[in-house]
Parts: sequence; C-alpha cells; structure tokens
Amino acid sequence: MTGQTPNTGTIAALRMTRLRTRLQLVLIMIGLLAAGIGLTLMTGPSMTTPIDLLRILVGHDVPGASFAVLELRLPRATMSILTGMSFGLGGVIFQTLLRNPLASPDIIGISAGASAAAVFAIVVLGWSGAAVSITAVAAGLTVALLIYLLAWRDGVSGARLILVGIGLSAMLDSMIAYVLLRAPAWKMQDALRWLTGSVNGATLEEALPVLLSLAAFGGLLLARRDKLEAMRLGDDTAAALGVPLASAKVLAVMSAVGLIAVATAVSGPVAFVAFLSGPIAKYIAGPGRSPLIRAALVGALLMLSGDFAGQHLLIGRYPVGVVTGALGAPYLIFLIIWSNRTERKL
Amino acid sequence: MTTLTATALQAGYGPSTILTDLDLAVPPGAITAIVGANACGKSTLLRCMARLLRPSGGQVVLDGRSLRKIPTRELARSLGLLPQSPIAPDGITVADLVSHGRHPHQGMLTRWSHADDMAVAAALEATQTTELAERDVDELSGGQRQRVWIAMALAQETDVLLLDEPTTFLDIAHQVEVLDLLVDLNRKRGTTIVMVLHDLNLAARYADHLVAILRGKVHAAGTAHSVLTEKMVEQVFGVRCRVITDPTSGQPMMLPLGRHCTTAQSSDGGTLS
Ligand SMILES: Nc1ncnc2c1ncn2[C@@H]1O[C@H](COP(=O)(O)OP(=O)(O)O)[C@@H](O)[C@H]1O
Ligand SMILES: [Mg+2]
Repeated sequence: MTGQTPNTGTIAALRMTRLRTRLQLVLIMIGLLAAGIGLTLMTGPSMTTPIDLLRILVGHDVPGASFAVLELRLPRATMSILTGMSFGLGGVIFQTLLRNPLASPDIIGISAGASAAAVFAIVVLGWSGAAVSITAVAAGLTVALLIYLLAWRDGVSGARLILVGIGLSAMLDSMIAYVLLRAPAWKMQDALRWLTGSVNGATLEEALPVLLSLAAFGGLLLARRDKLEAMRLGDDTAAALGVPLASAKVLAVMSAVGLIAVATAVSGPVAFVAFLSGPIAKYIAGPGRSPLIRAALVGALLMLSGDFAGQHLLIGRYPVGVVTGALGAPYLIFLIIWSNRTERKL
Repeated sequence: MTTLTATALQAGYGPSTILTDLDLAVPPGAITAIVGANACGKSTLLRCMARLLRPSGGQVVLDGRSLRKIPTRELARSLGLLPQSPIAPDGITVADLVSHGRHPHQGMLTRWSHADDMAVAAALEATQTTELAERDVDELSGGQRQRVWIAMALAQETDVLLLDEPTTFLDIAHQVEVLDLLVDLNRKRGTTIVMVLHDLNLAARYADHLVAILRGKVHAAGTAHSVLTEKMVEQVFGVRCRVITDPTSGQPMMLPLGRHCTTAQSSDGGTLS
C-alpha cells in the first residue's frame, strides 16, 4: 500500500511544522545560553565592559581583565555548560527508559557512586585527571548494575529499582562524608565539591574529558534516538517494530551513565540538574518526542544560571549545587506526594 | 505469500510451562482467529510467533526460515504485532504514533522519506483517523485509540499481522468497525491476519480459520463449522451452550446456557441435556 493519497502532503507538512517548532525552541535556548555566557564572562568583583570582553575574546590583551575573563570565568562557563548538558541528557535518558521522572541517575545513586569513587581516588589514592574520570565511570556502571541486580525479582519493576537506588544513594553519600572527614584540611575546600557539586576553580583541561564524553555518548544517543522513541511504546511493541531491545537498552543506559559519571568526576554530583532538566524540557516543549537536545540545553542553562546566582546574586558565595539543590528539593517532594495521591506507580 | 507455522512449540515464564507441544499452521492470506479461556496461553503463543518470547522447545518458521535466524529488522518488515495492552507515552500525537510503524523500514543512514510519509498517510486513511492526526492519543475514545494502534501496524506494511485482543474494551459498534477494517486489509492487501478474540460469534463470523486453544495446546483448528461446536465450547470454556446457524451469514453461532437457563422449548424441538 504505497499509493499516493492526498494526505501525504498533509503528513509531510505536519512533520515540517513540528520540526520547525523544535528548531525554534532550540535556537531560543542557544540564544539564552549565549547571553548567559556573556553575562558570566563580564561579571566579577570588577565588571568587564562588553567592548573589553569582545576585545579579549578576539585576542587583545586588556590589562586587569584578560586574566579574569580567560583564566577564571571562561573555564567556569565552559565547565558549567558541558557538565550541565551531560547531566541533562543523561537524566532524560533514564527518565524516558524507565518511564518515571524519579528514575533520574542523581536520585537512584549513580551520581553518588561516581562521586564516591572520585572522592576516594582523589583523597585516598591521590589520583587526578583521566584516572579519576575512568574510575568514576566504572563506579557509575557498577552502581547501575548493582541496582539492577538488587531490584531483580523475576524481572525488574521501575518502582523497586528506584527504591533500591535511593537506598544505595544514601549509603554512598555517607561513604563520601566518611572519606571527606578523614581528608587532610588542605583538601577540604576541594573536597567540598563532592558533597554538593561545584565548578569552583574549573580549568579548560578539566573540561576536555567532559567534551569528549558528550561528543561520544551524546552522539551515540542522538544517532539511536529512534530506538529510544520506539521503546517508549513498551517492550513488546518496540520489539515488534524491530528494536533489538537488549542491546538498545544496554547501550542507552551505558551512554547515559558515561555522561553522568564523567561530568560528576569533574564537577561533583551537582544536585538535581539531571533530575530537573528532563521535566522542565518536557514542560516547555509540550507533547511530542522525548526532548533530548532540549533537556541537555536546559541542563546547561540550569548549571550556568545556578552558578551565576550562587556567585553573584546571593549574600555570600555558594557552589552551584547548593542553588540547584534548593530548586530541586521542593520538586522532588511534590513529585513524591503527587505520585502517591494519584496512585501513580512510584 | 508468507507462511507461518509453529511446530512442537513449548514456552513459558520461568519454571512454569504455558505452551506444551503446540502445533499451528497459519493459512497464508487468510484471517485466523484464536480463541480460548483466560490464561490458556493465547498471548504467549502470539509473543512466541513474533519472537518476543524465546520458546523453550520447538520452533516457529516464517517462510521456511526459523524465526531465530531472521535479523530483527527484517522480521519486523514481514511480521507485525499489536500487543494486548500497548502503552501510549504521555503526550504523543496520533501522527507520531503511526509514524513509529516505519521504524523497521529505516536504517542508520536512511532518513525519513517520501515513501514513509505515504505509508503513514495511507494507514491513517485506511483506519479513518486522518482527522485525528494532530490529536493527543490520550484524548481519544477507546475505539479511536484502537484504530490508531492498528494504523501504526498498517504503516509497518507487513505481510503478516498478529493482533492480541484488538476488540477488547470496545463497544459492539467499535468491535465490528475494527473487524471490518481487518477484513478490508486482508482482502485489499492480502495481509495474513492472526487475531485473538474473546467473542466466539464474531470470531466465527469474521475468521476463515478458527483455532481453539486448551491449556497450551491446539484443541481444534479449522473452519468455524468444524471448530465451533457445543462439545468444543464445553471442553474449552467449560460452558454448556447451543450452537445454531446464524441466519444472515450461515456461520455457526453459540448461545451460552447458564445455570439459570430454564429448559427452553426451541423451534427445532431440541433441548440440551
Ligand atoms: N510475563 C509473565 N510472567 C509470568 N507469567 C506470565 C507472564 N505472562 C503471562 N503469564 C502467565 O502465563 C499464563 C498464560 O498467559 P497468557 O498467554 O497471557 O494467557 P491468555 O492470553 O490466553 O489469557 C497465565 O497463567 C499467566 O499468568
Ligand atoms: Mg492474553
């Protein structure tokens, strides 16, 4: 049945309209992000004018400003955006696959696992750089596997998986606290990021692994997004549509864990960015496909604006995780109450 | 024309075996209806035939090839399945849902094409859901929603279509509508249809081939006349009934006798002992 019907054009037009709407939203978000970057680069104890900023960016040396912009603020903004995108994308993949907004990696202990491993590697073993990233990814995958095995009882139910994950997350958090308590005092400032997440003292070298992981894992996820979309229809329907379920799920979960773990290894477990990005993106995007790119952009905006607020808008200075934590906690409580009220599966 | 057969099929979940040595040959180009009591293994059989469940014994053969040897995407281009209770994700539109039917026709590199648009448009038209294209699936009535799911399966353009209880939860008008749609599909495209139905009379009316399942085995298979008998209904469903001839279609139809049915003096004089 491939006879041309008068509706073929309508269907194509409908698809184009939707594509245009998606594109528009993405462009608006990129615009906001650019504005946020500009603001971050200009703002500090001494403000840099837009003119000076442009001159610095094209390579001129502006005494007194160049160092702050290029060595302090630019790495900070870069790190915020890359980790924010990783958290946002990793989070929405989990939420989509498990069909539950609570199934975010920062709620079910995957961030905590990556974080605990990174703290251990840095504080106890004295490691740094790529070794820490790799340890964090391995730990993230181990925790994901552990949750899966612990939640297994003739198959895995989403609710059991989330509860097991929350329990594991609490255990890992106390391990982080334990390691930090034994850390020498001079490492405390550095170690603080492992409690809430922070981009303090970020460098461009540190941002490189995050960029690479975003390119590799994010690229893989986007290339396979039609499988992810089909899996939203349930396992049986997806399999009947020709999705190789086992490999599609494993690849998606591993990529999402990779994104989360690498980002966590450099910025710490920034509270709730993974958890919030997907639902916010869904809310502004409205019905349609699972918003992957838009969730990544929401994550970047959350990190950037959260860090900006923590540095410049509040009395005193707070790491970004404190700000996003304050945003995410009420939503988490709301979600738990609401899911009980409506007898929706947890 | 595509042939689909199951031989000595055994399957189950964990330690419990549901299908025990089941043999079934699906007549190509025809409509087959599978009937049987709750939990006798109808869905399990369909899931095996679509390779959603790996049999513990025996095999399913599609066009002379064992199902296990067919690549996933290729299988999905020749055989489609509508599960018993499919899940529509939050906020998905009708057009999006139907477009999923094109998944097996798209490769890593081939993007959405004009042929895909045509298949989706044709599927919407065949199920009379074109006007609903932009609507949210959550907002539809049960009958509309079922037609949309069938449209998705149509867009898949398979030679064989398996449907698990496509009419359950629909009122009689919508049941007839869905079944008429499947007959259209069978007559116009020659699609081989296998469906699980609960209503024995509709099954007898619409199917060319009737299969009755009892405890994981085929109890009877053949034309409605040979399968839908008082004895079969009693054995398979544990219900006493009368089978009479449908005056319009000439097909058999059954009237259940409950415990409270008083001995009726029927026109042809017989009562059931
Ligand atoms: N995923 C499953 N896990 C365990 N048991 C199952 C599963 N699906 C079905 N069963 C069991 O298998 C038996 C047959 O089920 P099914 O094939 O769905 O029956 P039908 O479709 O004929 O009503 C039932 O006893 C049911 O409880
Ligand atoms: Mg069933």
